Amino acid sequence: MANFKQTPHYYLTLLLLMLSACDANEALHLSKNSVIYCSEGAPESFNPQTVTSGTTIDATANQLYNRLIEFNPTDNTIIPAIAKSWHVTRDGKMITFYLRKDVQFHHTSYFTPTRKLNADDILFSFNRMLDKTHPYHAVSGGKYPFFQNAQFADLIDSIERINSHTVRFRLNHSDSSFLANIGGNSAVILSKEYADQLAGMNTMAELDNLPIGTGPFKFKQYSSGTFIRYEPHQEYWRGKSELKQLLFDITPRDTGRLTKLLAGECDVIAYPIAHEKIRQHPDLILESVTSFNVGYFGFNTRIAPFDNPKVRQALAYAINKQAILETVYTGQAEIATGLIPNSSWAHDASIIGQEYSVTKAKQLLTEAGYPEGFSMDLWAMPVQRAYNPNAITMAKLIQADLQKLDIKVSIVSDYEWTTFLRKISEGEHQSVLLGWSADHPDPDNFFSTLLSCGAINTGSNRTFWCNQEFDQLVQAALQTDNINTRKGYYSQALALINEQVPLIPIAHSKRYQARAKHISGTLLRSIGGIDFHGVTKN
Amino acid sequence: MLIFTLRRISLFFFTMLLLTILSFSLSFLFPGEQLINLTGQINATPEHLAALAHQYQQQASIVSQYFSYLSHLFQGDMGYSMASQLPITTEIFHRLPATIELTSVALLIAMFFGIPIGFFAAIYHRKVPDNLILAIAMIGYSIPVFWLGMLAILIFSIQLGWLPSAGQISLLFEIEYVTGLQLIDILLSDSEYKWQAFQDATRHLILPVIVVALAPATIFMRLARTAMLEVLDTHYITAAQAKGLTFAQIIYRHAMRNAVIKVIRDVGLQFANLVTIAMITEMIFSWPGIGSWLIESIYQRDYTAIQGGLIVLSTFIFIVHIIIDFVYAALNPLAREPNHGT
Repeated sequence: MANFKQTPHYYLTLLLLMLSACDANEALHLSKNSVIYCSEGAPESFNPQTVTSGTTIDATANQLYNRLIEFNPTDNTIIPAIAKSWHVTRDGKMITFYLRKDVQFHHTSYFTPTRKLNADDILFSFNRMLDKTHPYHAVSGGKYPFFQNAQFADLIDSIERINSHTVRFRLNHSDSSFLANIGGNSAVILSKEYADQLAGMNTMAELDNLPIGTGPFKFKQYSSGTFIRYEPHQEYWRGKSELKQLLFDITPRDTGRLTKLLAGECDVIAYPIAHEKIRQHPDLILESVTSFNVGYFGFNTRIAPFDNPKVRQALAYAINKQAILETVYTGQAEIATGLIPNSSWAHDASIIGQEYSVTKAKQLLTEAGYPEGFSMDLWAMPVQRAYNPNAITMAKLIQADLQKLDIKVSIVSDYEWTTFLRKISEGEHQSVLLGWSADHPDPDNFFSTLLSCGAINTGSNRTFWCNQEFDQLVQAALQTDNINTRKGYYSQALALINEQVPLIPIAHSKRYQARAKHISGTLLRSIGGIDFHGVTKN
Repeated sequence: MLIFTLRRISLFFFTMLLLTILSFSLSFLFPGEQLINLTGQINATPEHLAALAHQYQQQASIVSQYFSYLSHLFQGDMGYSMASQLPITTEIFHRLPATIELTSVALLIAMFFGIPIGFFAAIYHRKVPDNLILAIAMIGYSIPVFWLGMLAILIFSIQLGWLPSAGQISLLFEIEYVTGLQLIDILLSDSEYKWQAFQDATRHLILPVIVVALAPATIFMRLARTAMLEVLDTHYITAAQAKGLTFAQIIYRHAMRNAVIKVIRDVGLQFANLVTIAMITEMIFSWPGIGSWLIESIYQRDYTAIQGGLIVLSTFIFIVHIIIDFVYAALNPLAREPNHGT
């Protein structure tokens, strides 16, 4: 009997031994210098030239590659990168880039660079996309969506190699957003030497799957749909990252990402849920950045009563943006006061938009000759976008707001997306809930695209608002390089929009991220992917 | 013993026959084209499809179609996953070891704790410890596994932060794939962080193993209790008592061995149950095993993967079943030689 009673003790001791062998307090040497990022999805490719999806850009663009020029993460102005300087001719048709001489490509198990970056690499990277006869053009399906959308093939006449570290782009016509596009996430520089090596081995498709770039991290391992392992690039020209490893733990479920963050298995997570819980946690930080987009309520300014600016102003006063922000965006956005978000250098804080005031709205409506109100239709986009996660709910809120002015709103949302877009570009709507996500951080991408007279023909100006003064301001802003002068023009343009109200900007959505306190460095950017260079772990 | 072995082999043969027929007929029952369901070639060109149709003898009778399917199976060709376009065999080779690791450790743990506790309950038959153990066993058996898994993560990973909640090992460690069994691969690797990696993998194993092992452990408790009670009721125990042996001597020398044999007989049956629990647990703990892979395949309507996964998983359960039968036979002469003791 006595013997028997020992048995459970024996087991217990064993169990305790097992557990103590796995003492969580013993710090892992490896984890000290490694960062695990729990991402929301698997990358489609390791070359951002071939995709525009945010997930792929996050995983590759800033980690593996550099561009000729890049954007300053704080104010989104253009800064030098691989090109240490550049020169644009007076007519805007010739852009010369002077390259750095100390840019080294990744040294990996599958490629050993024998030379530093030079003009050949730039020519290869762009010609691969632009020249349909290039041997690498069709390698990964021949689709380069970012540049095809920007119509680069029509814009660029030729790219010349002036000498080993000077490259000149000749354009067919001047385009002020050219530099912004060259700094875009997809304009990465690849290694020609690596491409030649692959061509020699007849494994050309590896160019986009086993990446070689000049960025702060180099590719180590990818387990399909599970994780990506990066190592720091020892000879990175901006200085080697302090991390020992950078891991992307692909965790598509948002609850899974939250659990891993709370359990300390991830250092940083993408698109967190339960913001309040993260905010309250002593060891975690919730951060956000306002994206370069805008959700707006636009009017068809060709049709009565919306041809009258007073009516449009009245409606701007009548809409409770705060309520929309809380209901439709669940607080994950900021109220739009102007067309562009405040993370853009062209934002003007003195323009605050129309506040919510039913009295002012009624007064304006009476002045405009509609004291009894009227009936209108409101087209709500049938799809979800970051800038408008639920247009139908938003439409219902606006309907209720306008009810107070005796305006009867009927909501139109039965069409599928392409039909919807076609019908509103034909002007069948009276008013519409839509939005815009910028392709690059140049403010012109908002002004010209959404409200210029020219954009009426291309179908991206859904308000049919054509104002000569506005167009002149936007044109003048494009013809100058001086950022302060440009800012002045854009302020005037914003004031004009605020007065004329062709559309009511409602919100700029935010992108969220959560991280453990011991991770420091700027990761999030208002446009483009995240960036782990400069991130440290304490 | 020969007859016993032959019997098991014939059982294996017929079960496999039924399984492959089932899997083969699934390709007809799933929506879509049967050949594509069977091969997973969703992007194949018409020429390629024609070649495949020839390979799988689509023009011949259904019986020869089945045999050509079998011959592909025996060559290790289970087609391609519709979701990832990787060969099913490769995917399974990468996934199955993680499941073997999880289920075998869980099975050992369940037996290691369940059987002795059951014996303990039997010794204190109808006393407080017995009632207590029975009640706990009842609760343990009734808890739904997905709830238990989430509760375990909530308490041990999130609140207390003791144990990790997902995966087999922290991504920090680079362990080369050799056998696929993580713990063995770590021991084989020449990483300087070997010992850390081993600890980390063990910590990842604890929660899922406990969750998988709980329900089978409670069954083993009850089986062991009943077995022990039966043994204690036999004449040879009474004889031993009459000889003046102490109670401990009786239990250790006579009762335990005989009771364990009775329990072992049921372990094989319980293993199928354990694998089902493991599949759900794998989903909860993002364990990269074949169970979570199979459930994902069902979500993604990856018919080829469902067929392949089904065959491999059933075969795995069946092989374990047979191994346990042999262990039972080795321990118990009555099972292998029916003429013993009759």
